[in-house]
Amino acid sequence: MTRKQKRLLLRIIVATILFISGKVFSVQEPIEIGIFLVCYTVVGWDIIWKAITNILHGQVFDENFLMTIATLGALILGEYSEGVAVMLFYQVGEWFQSYAVSKSRKSIASLMDIRPDYANIEQDGKLIQVDPDEVPIGSSIIVKPGERIPLDGTIIKGSSSLDTSALTGESMPREALPGMDVISGCINQTGILTIRTTKEFGESTVAKILDLVENASDKKGKTENFITRFARYYTPAVVFAALVLALLPPLITGQDFGTWVYRALTFLVISCPCALVISIPLSFFGGIGGASKIGVLVKGSNYLESLASAETVVFDKTGTLTKGAFAVSELHPVNVQKERLLELAAYAEDYSTHPISLSIKKAYGKKINSNRISSVQEIPGHGVCAVIDGKSVLAGNAKLMEKENIRYTDSSTIGTVIYLACDRKYLGCIVIEDELKPDAQKAVDLLKDEGIRKTVMLTGDSDAVGKKVANRLGLDQAYTELLPADKVERVEELLAQKSEKGKLLFVGDGINDAPVLARADVGIAMGGLGSDAAIEAADVVLMTDEPSKIASVMKIARKTLRIANQNIIFALGIKFIVLILGAFGYANMWAAVFADVGVSVIAILNAIRAMRVRKFVFVEE
Amino acid sequence: MKKTIKLIDLDCGHCADKIQRAVQKIDGVTHVEVNFLNQKMILEAPDDKFDSILAEAKLLIKKIEPDVTVKV
Repeated sequence: MTRKQKRLLLRIIVATILFISGKVFSVQEPIEIGIFLVCYTVVGWDIIWKAITNILHGQVFDENFLMTIATLGALILGEYSEGVAVMLFYQVGEWFQSYAVSKSRKSIASLMDIRPDYANIEQDGKLIQVDPDEVPIGSSIIVKPGERIPLDGTIIKGSSSLDTSALTGESMPREALPGMDVISGCINQTGILTIRTTKEFGESTVAKILDLVENASDKKGKTENFITRFARYYTPAVVFAALVLALLPPLITGQDFGTWVYRALTFLVISCPCALVISIPLSFFGGIGGASKIGVLVKGSNYLESLASAETVVFDKTGTLTKGAFAVSELHPVNVQKERLLELAAYAEDYSTHPISLSIKKAYGKKINSNRISSVQEIPGHGVCAVIDGKSVLAGNAKLMEKENIRYTDSSTIGTVIYLACDRKYLGCIVIEDELKPDAQKAVDLLKDEGIRKTVMLTGDSDAVGKKVANRLGLDQAYTELLPADKVERVEELLAQKSEKGKLLFVGDGINDAPVLARADVGIAMGGLGSDAAIEAADVVLMTDEPSKIASVMKIARKTLRIANQNIIFALGIKFIVLILGAFGYANMWAAVFADVGVSVIAILNAIRAMRVRKFVFVEE
Repeated sequence: MKKTIKLIDLDCGHCADKIQRAVQKIDGVTHVEVNFLNQKMILEAPDDKFDSILAEAKLLIKKIEPDVTVKV
């Protein structure tokens, strides 16, 4: 609790005790009135004071002023206990609001508690702590176990495992070895690391993410803007209605002024739009905070709104649905053991660092004894010719087999195919493909469950490979062999095809699709841990690179919008009903105070629900 | 120049809106955004006039919400 909250709470307690004792002990009326007035002053003096100063500053229609008029009016009409109680409840509501908001503000802030406080640098043989802001590029910093990596850099000494959960929501630790790039915000778990910094603090990942999240609630969505505008007209309108209610009926019908003034006062109590102006932004704030808890950064509540009405999802292929890394997917040996085929291929490709060679060596998995390789000759555009254990081995594409006049069976599989021959005898082939991400299938299925009408894939890759991936995942459409500029054109076409209210999401790895990310209604980028380009170009960043998180964040968006709409309908509904009842004399001040602070408290509690998102994450069984 | 200013104890949404609209009207302000959940104001104004604009904004905030402490 802040000091302000504590003081208000104390005043509320004192006033409540006074109020109850005034009610319980039947004292003479003048004393009872005295107690109520003391009670009123204790709990409400600051409201009255603010009302007066605000009027002096030319601010009318402010909630303090209206509350003062309403309660003083009740006191003047002789409704002592009611006047005091309304002020008391109003303050209880104010206190609760302030407490709930600061509580959720804190819990969201703690979600993003990744700001490093210091960096250790070595000076004269001693470690000293300095502000990360003051560390220039190229300095060596030391990160001890349990500490947060303060700046992006490269490990020069030491190995450890890193906890990236604050950035990605991913609980599996990452391995950190010398030579590896590490990003700020991760927590060093086991060993001492010496890191050469590659960025200044302001440019480092952690500073960028913080900046992004802190500014996320500045981009307001339609709902929020509506509420802000609505609030500007609501209060004056209700106050005007109150004025009419107090004057017109008695003047026309000649009824008693007291009754109608009392009814008008109930209007004033309901005239504050607090329930809406606090709970709606709080819902969106909670939704954005909740999304960041599962490793999805949403740059504004307007994007949450768009995500909730997504209709078309367009994927980039490489790096989004596939890993962008090659792996051996099939082995087709001919009159030879599978292991032997792989072994010969691995030995033949040993010299090369080409991704395809690396994937074969990775699939082979054993150490390569280079003494067994006596010569290697590369035949550009075809493959290699190597001598292994004294045997001549050919490994390469179909052109190599044809050139060497070796009879082979043409593989109809799609992907990169490496054919092998040993001593001019065909041994079989190895198929290498860009691997699908483990959750790619789930990502597409979950989106369909969420009611996405159309899933499309855009790729610069060959038609055969692209179509194969699209068919396997069950995507509705696939456009292949596209240049970056073609992708924008395709997205334009798709934008024209969708319904007016539906939104188009584009998901890419952010490397060369910045124009498409910008053109789509919502551009979603794979954060790729440290890819600044993606973080800047996109509206939504998936820090874990898992496409299945798109469905998760859509669920969060829908829940957030549902909560916001519930609050709007609930708060306005109750206020409206009490206004009507009040006008006809059926609602007293108690009902009015409920319609004001009671509704506000309930709406805030409802808004806090937007932060709970765990169940929306898809977990692989 | 763009600066983020903390508004400590800013507790209500429509007060934030009031502050935003008042500061917006100060001559020379290019952009202002008051966010009550983050309790901060992002003020953008030309460099040479920034200090005087900020001083004026502080006065306005004091008037609108006397409870709010402005921290630059």
